[in-house]
Amino acid sequence: MKFDKTEKGLAVALAIAALLSFVVPEWAVFLGTLAVSKCLVVFGCLVLWRTGLVSFGQALYFALGGYTVGMAGKYLGWTDAVLLTVLGTIVAGVMAAIISMLLARYREIFFAMFSMALSMILYGVLVKTEVLGSTDGFNVVVPTFFGYAPEGTELLISMFMLTLLVTLIAAVFVHRYLSSTLGHLTTAIKDNEIRVEYLGLSVFKAIQFKVILAGALAGTGGAITAFSVGHVDPDAMAYWTVSGEFVFITILSGTGSVAAPFLGALLFQVVRTYAFQYSPQTWQLVLGAVLLFLIMFIPDGLWSLVRRIRNKEVA
Amino acid sequence: MFETLTDPLTLMAILVDGLVYASWLFVVAVGLTLIFGVMQILNVTHGSMYAFGAYTAATMVGWWFDNDLPEFGSFAVLVFAALVVGLVLGPIIERGLLRYMYGKDEVIIVLVTYATFLILEDVLLLIWGTDMYDAFQPYGLLGTTDFGDLTFSNYDLSLIGLALVVGGALWWGLNGTKRGKLLLAVIHDREMAQSFGVNVNLVFMVTFILGAILGALGGAFTAPQISVAPGIGVEVIVLAFAVVATGGMGSVPGAAIGALAVGLVRATAVHLLPQVELFVIYAVMALVLAFRPQGLFSRAEARKI
Repeated sequence: MKFDKTEKGLAVALAIAALLSFVVPEWAVFLGTLAVSKCLVVFGCLVLWRTGLVSFGQALYFALGGYTVGMAGKYLGWTDAVLLTVLGTIVAGVMAAIISMLLARYREIFFAMFSMALSMILYGVLVKTEVLGSTDGFNVVVPTFFGYAPEGTELLISMFMLTLLVTLIAAVFVHRYLSSTLGHLTTAIKDNEIRVEYLGLSVFKAIQFKVILAGALAGTGGAITAFSVGHVDPDAMAYWTVSGEFVFITILSGTGSVAAPFLGALLFQVVRTYAFQYSPQTWQLVLGAVLLFLIMFIPDGLWSLVRRIRNKEVA
Repeated sequence: MFETLTDPLTLMAILVDGLVYASWLFVVAVGLTLIFGVMQILNVTHGSMYAFGAYTAATMVGWWFDNDLPEFGSFAVLVFAALVVGLVLGPIIERGLLRYMYGKDEVIIVLVTYATFLILEDVLLLIWGTDMYDAFQPYGLLGTTDFGDLTFSNYDLSLIGLALVVGGALWWGLNGTKRGKLLLAVIHDREMAQSFGVNVNLVFMVTFILGAILGALGGAFTAPQISVAPGIGVEVIVLAFAVVATGGMGSVPGAAIGALAVGLVRATAVHLLPQVELFVIYAVMALVLAFRPQGLFSRAEARKI
């Protein structure tokens, strides 16, 4: 297998992050894990965005991944992190496949809002389900790694390593998908669907694939988040404001490259942590104001700034 | 559970509750569909209008009763609160922000209104704090009506009247007046209307303010029924969208039919199978859309080449 520049760069960056986790304090590792797992969800948003689709309902798959992990641990007694992450991904992916049959017909606002309404169905179900702790949620099992059962700092670092590895695999997959002919053509769907159909591509199927891919990735992110936080509940995982955060990170990052979400998710997680600590009352205000600023002045996200700096160096 | 359906009292309760809930939904959702129809903007700040309307109404009604002003005047206060919110926030958002976005992608504009919604959520907190506000007085004023063993609050029943008035006024305004017909022309074809000399910018501004007032009106008339607390705007926007999408985006009769369908189904669920209450609304929407992708009342759209 040959790796291109982006893939090699990502691998190096993530390897450095992995090494750093032995040096930096625990809270930083935790923050990193959460940020990188959000990245997974944002990859999915990025894939959709390339076709001009915005989903305000990724929390549906995110929560599904998280709850799958929690329930498999609770009822089946499974604790293996890799197995459960794969399971969470599959469950979310299957759900996305079912929903995509309805959703792939829609574009623009309709796509955004229907995905949101569908995610609110799951939220409604979770809130009303007493065995799953309704609004309180429940605690998730402590993960093991192929029989290795670390505790404390080791657990934190192992979880971070797994997250990095999974995200690297996902990033390479998404990168290859986007640079493939199919990936390029799905960008063309945004400009003109009928012409793409004349080229012999089924737009419906292409969008269906994107919805499924995005759903599965969000499921992976949810599964890992559930492990890292050790708890799942509807408000933190299934509510539509959670989907809103993913959309926010997508726009903050920019969709120019799979490397962009790492930048956006990390910045988001850091700002969020500080804002929650120092001024929880104005956190949404900051979020909204930044979003407006981005749309008006940096519509292509942080990545466009990186690109601009790079181009200057070349010139 | 279904044997209770044959019980006339339960049936009556479902019907009345459904109508009351549908009326509330209609008032809350009609502003959203109006703005979408005319401007092609899905206005997420509609939820903020609702919340601002509720808070403003609760504060004003509280002040009204603290000063022992005539009790029945409090209904005028509710309307006044909605007008204040709509006339202040509407122009600020439309003139100050949205008009710079016209011509951008619909999705980008949704994100702009979403961002504005987030900002307004915290502005609410900064103005009113996290306390709960009550404006229960108008609710008790009208008393109750008994039907056999059932007791209905007259305030709830009067919401049906409010919905009829709002719907009737909109229908007359759109179809019976010259300005309304100009508005319909803009809905039908914005560019053509503009080339015939319709001042589309003015139409946009007026529509947005009208939509904002309607959203605030929904909030103001809800305030006496609930404890006004942070987060009420969030739920409403999703709910209003579900209603509007079921009926067909941008259609006022569609909003009415959507509200009726959702209202009756929810009332049935509340009485027969309360566990499903929260998501039955979205299930109705998903079902309708599976068969009619553009909602019940929508014009067929030409394929874009």
